[in-house]
Amino acid sequence: MQINAERHWSRTSGLMWIMMILWAFFSFFVHFFVDTLNTIKIMGFPLGFYMASQGSLVAFVVMLFTFSSRQEAIDRQEGVAEE
Amino acid sequence: MATETKAGGGSFLDNLGKIYALYTGGFFAFVIILGILEQLGVPNKWIGYGFVFLTIAVYAVIGILSRTTDVGEYYVAGRSVPSVYNGMATGADWMSGASFVGMAGTLMLLGYDGLAFVLGWTGGYVLVAVLIAPFLRKFGAYTVPDFFAARYGGGFARFLAVLVLISCSFTYVVAQIYACGLIASRFLDIDFTIAVYAGLAGILMCSMLGGMKAVTWTQVAQYIVLIVAYLTPVIILSAKKYGIPIPQLTYGQAIAEITNLESSMISKGLADAKTLKPHIKPFTTYDPLNFFALIFCLMVGTASLPHILMRYFTTPTIREARSSVAWSLFFIFLLYFTAPAYAAFSKLEVFTLIEKGTKLTDLPAWMYTYGKLGLVKVCNVDVKVVQDIVAACGKIANHPGLLRWQDLNINTDVIVLSTPEIAGMPYVIAGLVAAGGLAAAMSTADGLLLAIANALSHDIYFKMVNPNAPSATRLIVSRILLVLVAIAAAYVASTKPADILSMVAWAFSLAAAGIFPALVLGVWWKRANTPGALIGMIFGFGVCMYYLVGTRYFAVSFHEMWSWLGTATPAATAKFAELKAAWVAAAPGAAKDAAFLALDKHAQTIASWWGVRNISAALFGLPVGFLTIFIVSLLTPAPSKAVMDMVDATRLPSGDLIMQEKGAMVGGH
Repeated sequence: MQINAERHWSRTSGLMWIMMILWAFFSFFVHFFVDTLNTIKIMGFPLGFYMASQGSLVAFVVMLFTFSSRQEAIDRQEGVAEE
Repeated sequence: MATETKAGGGSFLDNLGKIYALYTGGFFAFVIILGILEQLGVPNKWIGYGFVFLTIAVYAVIGILSRTTDVGEYYVAGRSVPSVYNGMATGADWMSGASFVGMAGTLMLLGYDGLAFVLGWTGGYVLVAVLIAPFLRKFGAYTVPDFFAARYGGGFARFLAVLVLISCSFTYVVAQIYACGLIASRFLDIDFTIAVYAGLAGILMCSMLGGMKAVTWTQVAQYIVLIVAYLTPVIILSAKKYGIPIPQLTYGQAIAEITNLESSMISKGLADAKTLKPHIKPFTTYDPLNFFALIFCLMVGTASLPHILMRYFTTPTIREARSSVAWSLFFIFLLYFTAPAYAAFSKLEVFTLIEKGTKLTDLPAWMYTYGKLGLVKVCNVDVKVVQDIVAACGKIANHPGLLRWQDLNINTDVIVLSTPEIAGMPYVIAGLVAAGGLAAAMSTADGLLLAIANALSHDIYFKMVNPNAPSATRLIVSRILLVLVAIAAAYVASTKPADILSMVAWAFSLAAAGIFPALVLGVWWKRANTPGALIGMIFGFGVCMYYLVGTRYFAVSFHEMWSWLGTATPAATAKFAELKAAWVAAAPGAAKDAAFLALDKHAQTIASWWGVRNISAALFGLPVGFLTIFIVSLLTPAPSKAVMDMVDATRLPSGDLIMQEKGAMVGGH
């Protein structure tokens, strides 16, 4: 397979920025609106409270498993995966 | 890149699933047997001893079976730990005694604002996975300072990294050993000092003979104990209360009930509308700036703590290093997304008690159990003797003689420890919780001790003092240093140093400011060079340390110098001037000291830059670190081609590890 280190790094960086934006969204941005979100109730949970106690956490876990498989695909496609 | 199978390790590594399934089954059987013994009338004390000594004995046996004479196994577990198991080990490494015991209590007292800790201690793993872990794994270092040395021109960078590492890890390990002593002494009635040294012995058995290899396999075992212990009581509670054994779903109803009880308590005069912090209302303790600053500093700190980063040196491949971070977060998530449920159930229990109008003479038994230990107070006296409480509350004007929320003071450690008793579960569950708390404290202590001792033995002794030391000597030196560091930490813990324990929160900001910028830019910005990184580390760490020490220990002069950047109200500023005048006027001697104490105490509440709390000092240290590296790097010549090529190689998963050590049997050949 053709090794393309440059393209590999630019795709890796692209994935990194996507992850950082999602990270900032679930770490900070969504919690700026806690008061508004708290007016919505799901199973007794005010949504703003729920996002900080579970929603963002679930998002982080899902993000990392997705990241891991996406990065693996990039490594493979650019021919730089480990054997 | 196949990892070599080590003699003796192969059969163990091939059968990990079976071995740990058997271990988990055995642990459940053990809990059931103790439960039966309890029903047969065996005293609680024996049940407690059974839990603590047997679990510690099992960890010690794992530690001894994992002994090694190979440098690669000692430092990085032979790079043979599969990602799921490394995830569990990281979970145990990460979740401290305080997280296990104190987190739910903090969430109960702070409500929404406490969730800053839940977010901060999980989201940091995104940074670890994306920005750091896979590259450090490719680098093939034994310690985090190894990377600094290779990327930023050797000895001095290594030395700075070791300095940051020790300054953030030592106070942290003292707190873990202290927690071991506290849990053992509370539950087993062992003398605190003896408990500390017993904990120390247990910790050393897990780490001394086998280094990282032994710590890894004991941490996996400890994770299983701690997560079972954390989840069991709250699952039972949820099933009892709402018929569904999934507390994470059912506590929404508890929150709704809490909100109703809050207004009812206020209308009945059993809670003070001014001091009651509604559970779901944001920003009652921290203002938005401090809430988000705290989340940010905890996250970046997580991604910079060496005892966490070094866990990702142990996976067989870079791919597994990445997925291992995901697994770590998953296993950590299991505890952190349950903690708010604990908090809600306990708060509901306490609020129900208060709202129905409980007489001071009818306080429940669990308050006395923990009151005797000084952990539950009513009207500022320990809940020990009924008459004392009634007398103390009687002195408060218009006291109704009923328990009020503002009279009650519950230590945050009580929530998790008391839940089994409050819910009327058998003592065996309480013993299980104690064993879980010990596992959490011990496993974190193990990881931290190893990080410190390895920095001293590998980075200072081997790389700087005696580079020609043969492997056997290196391992002997490592073990001696491990024991010395452990004894020093246990000694400090046995003196119950309030200052050191309050400094634990500093670890995150110090690690973030000192390590994160140079580490991340070292991989992601080729142009970062040695002078930039060195000056950036010194400035970032320096600013952070200045802010921490200044606002805490030199608050008066800090406030005077920086009052123009502070956010003190006119009233607070006036009070400062008044106290200062009183101090200046006071006669030398005891009066002057007392006046200074009052002044200093007040100054600590107002000494700040823009009102940022001391715990979030990295909010300043981090940007200073990044900016300094940028500016100084651009003003000085670019790194050599060799360094640039090395960075390129670090970015590619394929190819050999960057640092290869002669003679060490480490994968990647």
